[in-house]
Formats: sequence, C-alpha cells, structure tokens
Amino acid sequence: MFVQLVDVDMTYQAPDGEIDALRGISFGISDGEFVSIVGPSGCGKSTLLSVIAGIEPTAAGTVTVDGDAVTAPSSKIGYMPQKDQLFPWRTIWSNVTLGLELQHQNTPERREHVRELLERYGLAEFIHKIPSQLSGGMRQRCALIRTLATDPRILLLDEPFSALDYQTRLSVSADIYSIIRQEHKTALLVTHDISESISLSDRIIVLSKRPAAVKAIHTLEELTEIPPMQRRDHPAFRTYFNIIWKELDANV
Amino acid sequence: MSEPAISLQRKAYLKKRKQTKTAITALRIGILAALFVGWEIAARMGVIDAFIVSSPSRMWNTFMNLYRSGDLWLHVGTSVMETVVGFLLGTLTGTVIAVLLWWSEFLSRVLDPYLVVLNALPKTALGPIFIVWIGAGPSSIIAMTLAISLIVTILDMHNGFLDTDPEKVRLMRTLGATRRQILFKLVLPANFTTMINALKVNVGLSWVGVIMGEFLVSKAGLGYLIVYGSQVFKMDLVMTTVLILAAAAALMYQCILWLEIAMKKYMGVTV
Repeated sequence: MFVQLVDVDMTYQAPDGEIDALRGISFGISDGEFVSIVGPSGCGKSTLLSVIAGIEPTAAGTVTVDGDAVTAPSSKIGYMPQKDQLFPWRTIWSNVTLGLELQHQNTPERREHVRELLERYGLAEFIHKIPSQLSGGMRQRCALIRTLATDPRILLLDEPFSALDYQTRLSVSADIYSIIRQEHKTALLVTHDISESISLSDRIIVLSKRPAAVKAIHTLEELTEIPPMQRRDHPAFRTYFNIIWKELDANV
Repeated sequence: MSEPAISLQRKAYLKKRKQTKTAITALRIGILAALFVGWEIAARMGVIDAFIVSSPSRMWNTFMNLYRSGDLWLHVGTSVMETVVGFLLGTLTGTVIAVLLWWSEFLSRVLDPYLVVLNALPKTALGPIFIVWIGAGPSSIIAMTLAISLIVTILDMHNGFLDTDPEKVRLMRTLGATRRQILFKLVLPANFTTMINALKVNVGLSWVGVIMGEFLVSKAGLGYLIVYGSQVFKMDLVMTTVLILAAAAALMYQCILWLEIAMKKYMGVTV
C-alpha cells in the first residue's frame, strides 16, 4: 500500500476536556488510486487530512506514505484546500510557484515543470494576471497546479469544490479529476457530497460521526472505467448512493 | 465595426451625472467663499469684533508677515517634522511589537492587561513626565506622539494578524512553510490594508500629540504659535495658525492616500 494508516487515534486537548476526533482508523491507498472519504459534517474528516499531511500529530497509531512515517509536512504530500486560497496580492505565476519558493526548490527545472503544467491545462496566458481576474473554475485549476508544482505523490483534497455553485462544481470536479488522472497522481478526497464521491472515486471510505471511525469501505468496481459525468447515469450510481446515504443517516 | 450608438437615456444619465458633480464642486467652493466674505464684511461693519475673532484680511496680513520674516517655514517645518517622525515611528514600532505578540501567544497573554490599561489611559497625562525625563524639546514632543499612537497601532495590527485566514495558514503549513515564512509571505502582505489604515489613523493622532506637546513645551511649531498668540492676545496669529494647521494636516493625509495608491500599484493588486 502506498499510503497506510494503522489504528490512528487523534484527540484535541481543550481546557474543558478532551475531544476524541479519530478513533482506530485503518485503511490503505494503493499507488494511483482515487479514494474518497465521506462522513457527517464535523466528524473529523479534515482532521484526518491534517494528520496525513503531517500538520497534526496522532495520539496513537501510525501513518506511512511511500514507506516513510509521517511526522511533519513533506513534499511527497500535496494539499488542496477548501476554496482556492490563491493569494490576491500575488500573480498567478507567483501563486502557483509558492510551494517551490517555500521549499527553496525554485530551480529552472522545477519552473519549467510548472510552465508545462500551465501550458497543458490552458493557463499559460494568464500567468501575469491576478486571481480576481480569473473565473472560479480557472482559479481552482491554478490551485491544483500550485499543489502539483512541488511534484507530490499523493494529493489531499479537502472539499475543494464546496465553495462553487452546483453548475460550476460538476464541471470543475470533472476537470480536476481528469488532470489528476493524467498526471498519474494518487488522490484522497474529503467530501460530504455523496454524488461527488461516487462520480470521482475508485473507492469510498464512510466515516461514522465523531469520534470518526471507519464504518464501511466501498469499491466501485463497475464505475472506475467511466468518466465522472457519465457515472451519474449508470444504474449502479443510485445503488451506491442509497447504501451510503443509509450509512450516513444511521449515525444521527 | 462602428462605434455603438449611445442611447438617449445614456446621454441624459451622463449629462445629469456631470451636472451633479459640477454643482457639488461649485457649492463646496461657494460655502468657503461665502464664509470668508461674510466674515470680512461682518468684521468691517463692526458686527463682530475683529480683535477677538480676526478677519480674513487681517489673517492674510499676519500670514504674509510670517512668510516674509521666514518664521512660517520654521514653525510649519518643526511641526511637520515632529508629526512625520512621530507617525512613522509609531506605525513601525507598533507593527514590530504586534509581530512579537503574534509570534508568541504566551507573551501576548502576559502583556494583555498592560495594553488594556495603557490603551484606556489618557496619554496626555504623560506629557509632564516626558518633559522631566527627556527634557524640553522636540524629543519630548515626539515621545508624546508615540505614546498616543503606539498602543492603538499595536492593538489594531495584532488583531489584523490574528484574523489572517486560518485556511491560508493551513495551506502554508502543508507546503512546509516555517513560522518566519508564514509571517513574511502571508501574514504581513495579507495585512497591507490594516497597515495603511493604521498609518491613516496615526497621522491624525500624531498631530494631536504634536500640538499637545507643543502646548506644554516648545520654542517653535504651530502649537507654540497658537499658545503664544493666545497668551499675548494676538487672535490674528491664533486663527491664522489654525488655518495653516488645517491645511498641513489635510495635505499630509492626502500624501498617505497617494502612498496607498502607489503601494497598491507597486504590489500590482487591489488588496
């Protein structure tokens, strides 16, 4: 397994007590797989991503990415936040190269790589623009390229489409999906949108309410070869939707 | 392609807009002119006592005397210098202290009650202390302006820093940013507007500090002229100085607005 979580516990300390966020989470993601995590809101989905990204410590258990235990942020892991979080005072170019700058990897080869990505995904002509001059979908694409710039092995997507309106959301998620596939990246998507998770993933992990534990894992075998938009018309889509809906509902 | 024809409604709208704008400018100038003309006439006709309230012609003469004797630049220069030094020092020192408080939450919690008390304290009460400690001169006056603007700057900047979007901080951390990088590449640029606002507030506060300080102790400056004028009952001098002060303060505020535009242009972004 490329990413492996074994019995991961996570607790937050607060003055009035401990908050159990994650309890005994174990799962693996193989190289090149697209996995989604769904769960009721506030269940600790984002906490799980923080743990894998190495910015929050675990209370117990281990997280390994590509064989190495995760203890601090690493360039193997790329994180894509809710909303695009492009810095309005930076141009598109200096936004997408932010990671290189922070990691002191702003070398000609790396810059060439970023230039290729921008070229390939139709953003090359906008590099001197500022974020507010771009549409929501394009900004999201920039945010993805900022994440890809440091050449991570796995992408952690934290509800990256939640701020978009429904129409844009469908096309942007299909867009991001195809870029991730084309770049052969492993991806872990956190979402509360069941349809979104079924249309994008190879596998779906359902979490219980807090403290989050793995409630079910679904492998979407008959859907994995179908592109996101067409999946919504497949008969299996409904079936998975209803199963996951009930699993989430039973938590209330 | 031919120019798109302007509709009649559009023409009417543009005309109306221009008329309103002209009317506003005309009224602004008109009010000022009416005030001065009325003042002058009332003084000449003896309706008001020009010895007490002065008059535009007397103020003009006073102004020209100040100008010819060279005293004008001495007094304006002194006050402007003290104000500029005061608000630059206040803004910079305040920002640096706010950075320290942002850096160490522990320090900020330790110092919190001190900042609250110092913020509530009327800073003018410190004037006599500065004079005894620092001496009678521009240094005391600058200390006065600092006392007035510093605490507000610290509180405003620190709040701005703490308000930095936590999602952006999270993004920086996942990219492996150090605390120093988060400060210089996120927190400070994100608070550009906070800083400009602090500058704007501090210009006003610094003038208060300078005039207060000059009232207490000075040999030159606009505050000195006002106090001196009132003590020897030269109301012409007092009124003239107040008008010069208004012009200088307005001009300095305008400079900050220009600086803001220039900075935004330099950063290439409307933050």
